[in-house]
Amino acid sequence: MNAQIAVLLGQDGISNGAIYALLALSIVLVFTVTRVLLIPQGEFVSYGALTMAAIQAGQPSAIVWLLALLCAGSAAVDVAQVLMRSERAPALRWAFAGKLLYPLVMIGLVYTLPLATLPMALQIALTLALLMPLGPLLYRLVFQPIADAPALVLLIVAIALHVSMVGVGLLVFGPGGASTTPLVDAMVEVGGVRIKGQTLCVIAVALVLIGALYLLSNRTLYGKALRAAAMNRMGARLMGISPVFAGKATFFLAALVGAMSGVLIAPMTAIYYDSGFIISLKGFIGSIIGGLVSYPIAALGAVAVGLIEAFSAFWASTYKEIIVFTLIIPVLLWLSLTSRRVEEDEA
Amino acid sequence: MTSDLASETLPAHGSRAKTHGAWLALGIFVLLLALAPMAVPPFYVTLLNYIGLYGLVALGLLLLTGVGGLTSFGQAAFVGIGAYTTAALSTGVVAVPATFAWAQHSPWIALAAGLLLTLAVALVLGALTLRLSGHYLPLGTIAWGMALYYLFGTFEQLGGQTGMAGIPPISVFGIKLESANQMYYLIWAFVLVAALTTQNLLDSRQGRAIRALKGGRVMAEAMGVDTARSRLVIFVVAALQACASGWLYAHLQRFVNPSPFSLQYGIEYLFMAVVGGAGQVWGALLGATVITVLKQWLQDILPALLGRAGNFEVIVFGALLILLLQRSRSGLWGLVARFLPKANRARTLPVAADSLPRREMPPRGELMLEAKAVTRRFGGLVANDAMDLSLHAGEILALIGPNGAGKSTMFNQLSGVDKPTSGQVLLRGEPVAGRGSRAIAQLGLSRSFQHVRLMPEMSVLENVAIGAHQRGRRGVLAAAWRLDRQEEARLLAEAARQVERVGLGAHMFDEAGSLALGQQRTLEIARALASDPCLLLLDEPAAGLRLREKDALGELLRRLRDEGMGILLVEHDMDFVMGLVDRVVVMDFGQKIAEGRPEEVQQNPAVLEAYLGGVDE
Repeated sequence: MNAQIAVLLGQDGISNGAIYALLALSIVLVFTVTRVLLIPQGEFVSYGALTMAAIQAGQPSAIVWLLALLCAGSAAVDVAQVLMRSERAPALRWAFAGKLLYPLVMIGLVYTLPLATLPMALQIALTLALLMPLGPLLYRLVFQPIADAPALVLLIVAIALHVSMVGVGLLVFGPGGASTTPLVDAMVEVGGVRIKGQTLCVIAVALVLIGALYLLSNRTLYGKALRAAAMNRMGARLMGISPVFAGKATFFLAALVGAMSGVLIAPMTAIYYDSGFIISLKGFIGSIIGGLVSYPIAALGAVAVGLIEAFSAFWASTYKEIIVFTLIIPVLLWLSLTSRRVEEDEA
Repeated sequence: MTSDLASETLPAHGSRAKTHGAWLALGIFVLLLALAPMAVPPFYVTLLNYIGLYGLVALGLLLLTGVGGLTSFGQAAFVGIGAYTTAALSTGVVAVPATFAWAQHSPWIALAAGLLLTLAVALVLGALTLRLSGHYLPLGTIAWGMALYYLFGTFEQLGGQTGMAGIPPISVFGIKLESANQMYYLIWAFVLVAALTTQNLLDSRQGRAIRALKGGRVMAEAMGVDTARSRLVIFVVAALQACASGWLYAHLQRFVNPSPFSLQYGIEYLFMAVVGGAGQVWGALLGATVITVLKQWLQDILPALLGRAGNFEVIVFGALLILLLQRSRSGLWGLVARFLPKANRARTLPVAADSLPRREMPPRGELMLEAKAVTRRFGGLVANDAMDLSLHAGEILALIGPNGAGKSTMFNQLSGVDKPTSGQVLLRGEPVAGRGSRAIAQLGLSRSFQHVRLMPEMSVLENVAIGAHQRGRRGVLAAAWRLDRQEEARLLAEAARQVERVGLGAHMFDEAGSLALGQQRTLEIARALASDPCLLLLDEPAAGLRLREKDALGELLRRLRDEGMGILLVEHDMDFVMGLVDRVVVMDFGQKIAEGRPEEVQQNPAVLEAYLGGVDE
């Protein structure tokens, strides 16, 4: 290995690692606020990549129909609830109207816009607009009815949702893989080292998103409400922070982070309907390194996963995945040795 | 009280008939199973073979997930170990050293090798993750499942992604099991043996310890259960059953490739256990049947319906499971069980069981428990500040104080749930601070909890029997093969005695969750007594009791004191405390502000100020 290859591998590792870090942060956020281990995080990644690819190919992606279906389902559940107990009807009315209008607008946009020739920024915006609502909608339909269930039940439901979403991905996007055009095609020369513009772009977007998440959770009232809900659910509820709001908000952020990660990763590697799971698993390894609670350690761990993956792909390419997944063992050993002997019961 | 008391007061009517009914149902089930291959077309025999193979794995997961509250996505990888070990050894692809040449080509020896390998992997994985909170086992098993799947695919010797063919059939007593119909009997023999041993295990001392895991580790540890070991045991048992299923699979198919051992199958196994559900052995087989048949059916109709090929059945599986868990957390078996007669576990009691050996009570007045300058800080907050406390045999001591005085923290230091920042706790002269509640329980201290910690779905008797856990010795294998019955009878007789003693005899076989709160507290005292303690720590035992129940509780505690037990109460009910106890320690702001006989303490100005506020002068 010479310096040039090392730089190349390092770039790959860091740009993949940045995406794993984003996913790790989202996983930690969702877990601390809702106790759900968001196994389907990866499906937002593959949906994001494949929706972007469909838009660039000028095809109206069928994902809009999934959006419409979930909106209709959610609206139906709302109606059923209002009929059963007539309280809170005025508050729901606006949400109800939104759930009916939003998918109509989206269907209109997807079928009328000249998708392939849109500027890239608009393509990204459209992708996000199609996918971000899936987060809160899925929370509403899947997790909200069992928000107080034991953590084990939430985990199994998360797995069930993941399995379903992979199947839906196959149905909507088909079995073929897709790559998208790079966000930036240029090469930048820094001190005699050529760096891909795409790499810089991924790192920049990841940093911006991480920074935004940080500002959101530390500087805004809504962010503080989420942190409060993460620290003490009952206490937060008594302070008037709705657990439903907290759940929907974190799922919204998870969908945003996932879809954006998909948009970022699609130019670097071909994404299939079931690729998201492996990608998010690497985010999980990052979040385990952070003990499922610490954001900065989780992010650093995820970047380390990306680097190890890139270099093991060079040295022992057949064992790349094995190396990455067995990486978890020393981490677990360390966590196991440092943890208290008998933990308090889970909430 | 004597052990034959049980025979007079227990409602034993109807239980024998029910036991007979269960055996009859099992007999009919086995008969149907035995006749099935002769009566149905080959396609259904194959389907039943797969249901058996999957059921064997689901059974292990049921023990792990449905009963123990843990979960694993790596079961398919354990199936893979069983299948690949036998594939490698019985085909002779992987050469063994010359000394072991006799072992080559024998499926049975390959089974033993696979089980040993599985045991080793499960022990390592379990040791790594089971001390951590519940989420690390599933995540660890996902990673392990992925890694092993890729490993199967990369080993050229093992055929890579294409797989290995030419696996020989199994021989039983010289008969080669070559057809699906022949394998059918072997597979279902394994399933039935696994189901019966699992059921035996659940209905035993070790089984109660496993079932208590779901109630949180704090309670189980305080009752002397080694929860880390119990968790490891069910993980290993589940892994071994999966391995056996893989061995059968390899010799049924005579061919292995990596794909049936992928994470996707690991998830499907979990679905089977969850869909069946309810912590019942038969639920696992029901789940395996439903998922296998449904998969077969959906794979036929969905591609036709959607107009293209693909594994679309997973969409339906996922959605169905989400709906099922939203509606019935105990799975399909929970729905079925509503129409079946109630489970009749341990309805009868052994009438003439010997009583268990008892601890020798310390002489009255001996110093039993001593806290020396115990301090516990939480960050800047000093919850206990240099607390001294002593408790003697044959004495009832009350620890009282206003809310937030630090009584519960003190209680936790004494019972080993928490560890003091500084200071010493001596239990019969032995320093115990930081040694954990299990070690403390073994030294003869037992306790109740401020917030009741019971297993609501277990009977009153079984809950109390958890308390007697540390008085038994028989292990998991003895329980699985029913070699523990004599000891089990003695444990249950002891538990029954304690249930009677606290006055809950009429509720012996009721679900603990159906009792009133006051009765649940009393049940916790019976559970503590079942461990044969010489020291009893009771956290607000009188809360929620009615007047007559309180009188009965006071009477019981006096009797225990007279037998030489040392009792520490944390209590708010002053009427109850003042008429009962020998000494009172009053705490406020983490410190001891007074100590003495009840009537002295009641006159103490510091105590009056703490309770009523200062008097302006």
